[in-house]
Amino acid sequence: MASLYCLAFVVAALTLSNPIALGALTLGVAGAAVGAGAALELRRAARFAVPLMATICVINAVASRDGVTVIVRLGNVPLYGQTDITLQAMVYGAILGLRALALILAAALYTATVDPDELLRLFRRFSFHSALSATLATRMVPLLTRDAGRLADAQRCRPGESASRVQLLRATTSGVLDRALDVAASLEVRGYSQARRLPRARTSWSRHDIAFAASAASLTALSIAAHLAGWERFQAYPTLYVGAGGSVLAVAAVLLGVAWLPFLDRHGVVR
Amino acid sequence: MILSFDQLTYTYPGAPHAAVRDVTLEVAPGEFVVVAGASGSGKSTLLRAASGLVPHFYGGELAGRVTVAGMDTREHGPGQLARVVGTLFQDPETQVVMGTVRAELGFGLENQGEPPQVVARAVEEVALALGIAQLLDRSTSELSGGELQRVALGAALAGRPSLVVLDEPTSQLDPVAGDELIGLLRRLNEDHDTTVVLSEHRLERCLPAATRVLALVDGEVVCDATPTEFLAWAGGAVPAMQTPGARLLEQLGLVPVAGVKAARGALRAAGVDLEQLPAQPAVSPPPRQPYLKLSSITKRDAPAALALRHVWHELKGGATILRDLSLELQPGELVALMGRNGAGKSTLLRHAGGLMKPTRGKVECAGRVALLLQNPADYLIHDRVDQETSKAALARVGLDPDRYGARHPRDLSGGEKQLLALAIVLGDGAEIVAPVAVLLDEPTRGMDRTRKGDLAQLLRGLGVAVVVATHDPEFAAAFAERVVLLADGGVIADGPVAEVLTGGSYFATETARILGGAGGALTAQQGAALIKQSLEARTEVEL
Repeated sequence: MASLYCLAFVVAALTLSNPIALGALTLGVAGAAVGAGAALELRRAARFAVPLMATICVINAVASRDGVTVIVRLGNVPLYGQTDITLQAMVYGAILGLRALALILAAALYTATVDPDELLRLFRRFSFHSALSATLATRMVPLLTRDAGRLADAQRCRPGESASRVQLLRATTSGVLDRALDVAASLEVRGYSQARRLPRARTSWSRHDIAFAASAASLTALSIAAHLAGWERFQAYPTLYVGAGGSVLAVAAVLLGVAWLPFLDRHGVVR
Repeated sequence: MILSFDQLTYTYPGAPHAAVRDVTLEVAPGEFVVVAGASGSGKSTLLRAASGLVPHFYGGELAGRVTVAGMDTREHGPGQLARVVGTLFQDPETQVVMGTVRAELGFGLENQGEPPQVVARAVEEVALALGIAQLLDRSTSELSGGELQRVALGAALAGRPSLVVLDEPTSQLDPVAGDELIGLLRRLNEDHDTTVVLSEHRLERCLPAATRVLALVDGEVVCDATPTEFLAWAGGAVPAMQTPGARLLEQLGLVPVAGVKAARGALRAAGVDLEQLPAQPAVSPPPRQPYLKLSSITKRDAPAALALRHVWHELKGGATILRDLSLELQPGELVALMGRNGAGKSTLLRHAGGLMKPTRGKVECAGRVALLLQNPADYLIHDRVDQETSKAALARVGLDPDRYGARHPRDLSGGEKQLLALAIVLGDGAEIVAPVAVLLDEPTRGMDRTRKGDLAQLLRGLGVAVVVATHDPEFAAAFAERVVLLADGGVIADGPVAEVLTGGSYFATETARILGGAGGALTAQQGAALIKQSLEARTEVEL
């Protein structure tokens, strides 16, 4: 259910464009992460996402030729021509950045809270071997990262001339192949080659599952409805229009409420 | 019969010789079989044949027949045999493939197409049987080596196989986790009648649980007997396979038996009063700062080869790995660094070797420090052995340059790779300055007793200060003159080897455990001499 909940944030981030609504959505993801005990993971993701947001804003401001309110004239840039920075391009860049931030935070929430094995179970019904390969790849990444760190340490311990990049690459590849062979042997003795289609499992939903499913459905429906009905209007070009009336504020408030509501009932949740 | 080999001969692809030759034997349900032998003797191959990996996974040429629960392995691959054979290998890291423990335990059964209710019940039961129920919802990436190996064993056992084959499953574990694993296997064998076939180098650990021992030499079964018969045979035929306890009994003219309890019983039955033996030496407390306790007067006057002074290693998250640790190493001193996993041994060596910087405190050394980390293969980057280091360096560690020079480093055996990596870090003393201290992190993992003995001799002959982090008290007794015992990042015992290794049960040799640490006897020879002395003294008093 956690994967559907995270997916709803992604859909909302791609649908909404008003900065107030997008801001509320970002706040909603952050609040959900705090509620799920994944605030640290989100903070780590934000450290990467906030500079990215600023970069997107600057790139759009410089690259976009739309907008009528010029705030800085950079003059004639070789190969690019006359370059003006407009208010509209700046704001639109900031909106794109905010959307990227919401998406990255939703992805971080997903990584921190969703059990990959549950997801594998979901996809195994369609393509077992591909799903397992993806899971194995995910599991092997930290293992191989540790191997690479170990190899680098061993090379630092070698006296004399340091190894060339090609030699190191070859040694790393050999190590990866050794690992792959061991994993393949483990899979063989566990009957991977004989794997059959997983029987359909009937699982009962807890009240938390129901709450998160309802929240995910509401978030998706609200963001699509708000976009289609024009409750969260935003226009960047040629002139700027940001809807800030009662409807967008109501959409923002409901978004926050819907996102946080499942966390109100925490009885029976082990922290 | 649950497992039978009928004139099995198998050769790996491209190998010049057969790995196992003309093996014929049968294993009955409920047996606990230990497969003994030196590295390269064919132990792993025999187990791979039982699980179907040989020949289906490794290829090669197979002659003869292997039958598992009535299934011929030539017709049934490892996937089909997985219903009746559970398999466990050495490295826990590469055996666990799923994200959570619960999913891992159920993986094999799901592959067999079992319905979810059956999988759920099997997972629950195997988790309870192995004492890992509290780990069920943990991520596999968070588990320690011992926990991972238990989970891998659980995954192998979840389908209630009638046969479990295990290839040196404790070689990567500390003594505590290793003993726990053997204990679990013993209980499974006794309570559930599961047939166990286990290969292991440290026989003293698993022989007490065994009902039968197969000894392999150069791919041939040279002994197939009960543990007691095997120990008596090994004393004459392959002494390196004999356990220290058996050697002790044999030197006293008694019939060798397996296990500490049985050995004590045999000694008592022979009239040895274990309680009247001289007391064990007092264990030195950890030294106060500055460290002054040195091994000899001559060394006391020499400047330290290596010194760690009030070293702290604190992680950003808050955990403290090394806690105000001070240690001084004199030139030529031979030190064994012991302690359970996570005690700080590897971190200490990394600080001493310059790979890490202390968050507080300092490390001083009188020259270059050579550091050999746990995995020797990480040091090997060339296509030929003689490209890795000079011929002089190879000769120094006992690798004949003419014999090994042209070989590919990755084709060497585990013990030979260890020696090559040691040659690389030592250098030849000409182009590369000779080190003042050599540090080795768990160099004996997966090594047989003969190779361990050779390594101990080599290290003793280097003539420089040597520190070896090890879990193996027998190796520490053979190589070191001083033992430093770590716990929670600090030194809890530091003294001569006879003091520290006789003062406990986990960090003690088998002889010391049998004799309760009496007289500081660590080896079978010392133990036998002590008992003979005690018996002679008693005879004189009686006269």
